[in-house]
Amino acid sequence: MITSGKGGVGKTTTSANIGTALALQGKKVCMVDTDIGLRNLDVVMGLENRIIYDLVDVAEGRCRLAQALIKDKRFDELYLLPAAQTRDKDSVSENGVKEMVVELKKDFDYVIIDCPAGIEQGFKNAVAGADQAIVVTTPENAAVRDADRIIGLLENHRIGQPKLIINRIRANMVKRGEMLGIDEICQVLAIDLLGIVPDDEYVIKAANAGEPTVMNPGSRAAIAYRNIARRMLGDTVPLMPLEEKKGLFRRMKKFIGMG
Amino acid sequence: MGWGVGCFMTAAKHLVTIKGVKDGLVFVLDDDCPFSEVLGELQHKLEKTHQQILSGPTIRVQVKLGNRIATEEQKESIRQLIGQQQNLIIRSIESMAPEPAPFGSEGNGITVMKGIVRSGQTVTHEGNLLYLGDVNPGGSLICTGDIFVMGSLRGMAHAGAEGNEKAIISASHMRPTQLRIAGFISRPPDEWGVDETYMEFAYIQDGKMEIDKIQHLYRVRPELYRFKG
Repeated sequence: MITSGKGGVGKTTTSANIGTALALQGKKVCMVDTDIGLRNLDVVMGLENRIIYDLVDVAEGRCRLAQALIKDKRFDELYLLPAAQTRDKDSVSENGVKEMVVELKKDFDYVIIDCPAGIEQGFKNAVAGADQAIVVTTPENAAVRDADRIIGLLENHRIGQPKLIINRIRANMVKRGEMLGIDEICQVLAIDLLGIVPDDEYVIKAANAGEPTVMNPGSRAAIAYRNIARRMLGDTVPLMPLEEKKGLFRRMKKFIGMG
Repeated sequence: MGWGVGCFMTAAKHLVTIKGVKDGLVFVLDDDCPFSEVLGELQHKLEKTHQQILSGPTIRVQVKLGNRIATEEQKESIRQLIGQQQNLIIRSIESMAPEPAPFGSEGNGITVMKGIVRSGQTVTHEGNLLYLGDVNPGGSLICTGDIFVMGSLRGMAHAGAEGNEKAIISASHMRPTQLRIAGFISRPPDEWGVDETYMEFAYIQDGKMEIDKIQHLYRVRPELYRFKG
């Protein structure tokens, strides 16, 4: 499951991109949106206009699970189980979600559960179905506090050893000391780092167009997400350097030892 | 009664040895046997066998208990016994056992806990607490006694929670959001942020909370954690 506590840090973007990146690596992936009432995963994936049935329909027995799944035609084996927009998070119970996830696990290599913000019923529903958790945070104090809270709650729900993704890092702000550094965040949260994603305008552009960022290999965020997917599959990939590629002059200076 | 038999068996060891020193006598009481045996032999010696030294000028007596820790009643019974002899004056009753120093402001005992207190979690404890791990901002540690954190204290710590103003809060990395001792609440000054290389502790003095290096604890709370070296 992909969670964060705080809203707006990039859970849905991360879910979409990790799902897509894993599918690009040849895995069978199903993404599940549990943000009932404020569904976004379908918008970001560009599958909004193909929704007929959703998670609540499956939970309430109006359709079979297979009928609600949407296959993304751009990839081989990428599916989406959308949330409902007309209901809210109390419409499904923990057991309902758990049963669906168990059913999905039989057919898919990876089931990625996009968790809504907060610690209430939406979170509890998502946790019920999850085996492992990825906590997303941004380098801001408020986000780190909430991530810490969520990690504490995950421990209570017996989801051991969550992994951390630090999203929307602005290298120049970190250098100026205005943004928390990677080490500081890891020291406070004390969980393993899965990856870092730099702040990238392309992400917004792609989300608006309904295209997952990883499809464009030019974007640095796309490279970061692909690295994360590779790490999930077992490769050791070094963390990407945060600084932007310098111009030729700066690189010369660095080479000589002056920059 | 098996005890008694055991003691007598060991080669008629004297449980009470009376030695003469320059300014009086020293009664050395064996510290292995049950107190009643020792008392019995002392009585026996005083009343029967050592009569000759016990008549005459006043003699100062020092009673050495060895490693035995005697209760007040036991010491009283020794005093009474020796006091029956008119010419003996007890100078002191000494024990080599280290006196159990009051450990911490809440009496004996310090509990050790480990882990990490995350935001939204609270750890409460009755007594003194040694916490191995971090306390993250939004997390709290509440104790009736002292708090020692080996790790980063970035959250809230409340020592002496039931009103003990002598309690202290100590942390190897002191960066709390708030510190409370008994009823006093304080927050770190805004200039904080310089990394000190020593462990610090917080205490109440004259109605205000103060912070100092841990090396100065002995000056501030001399009655705590006494040990005889």
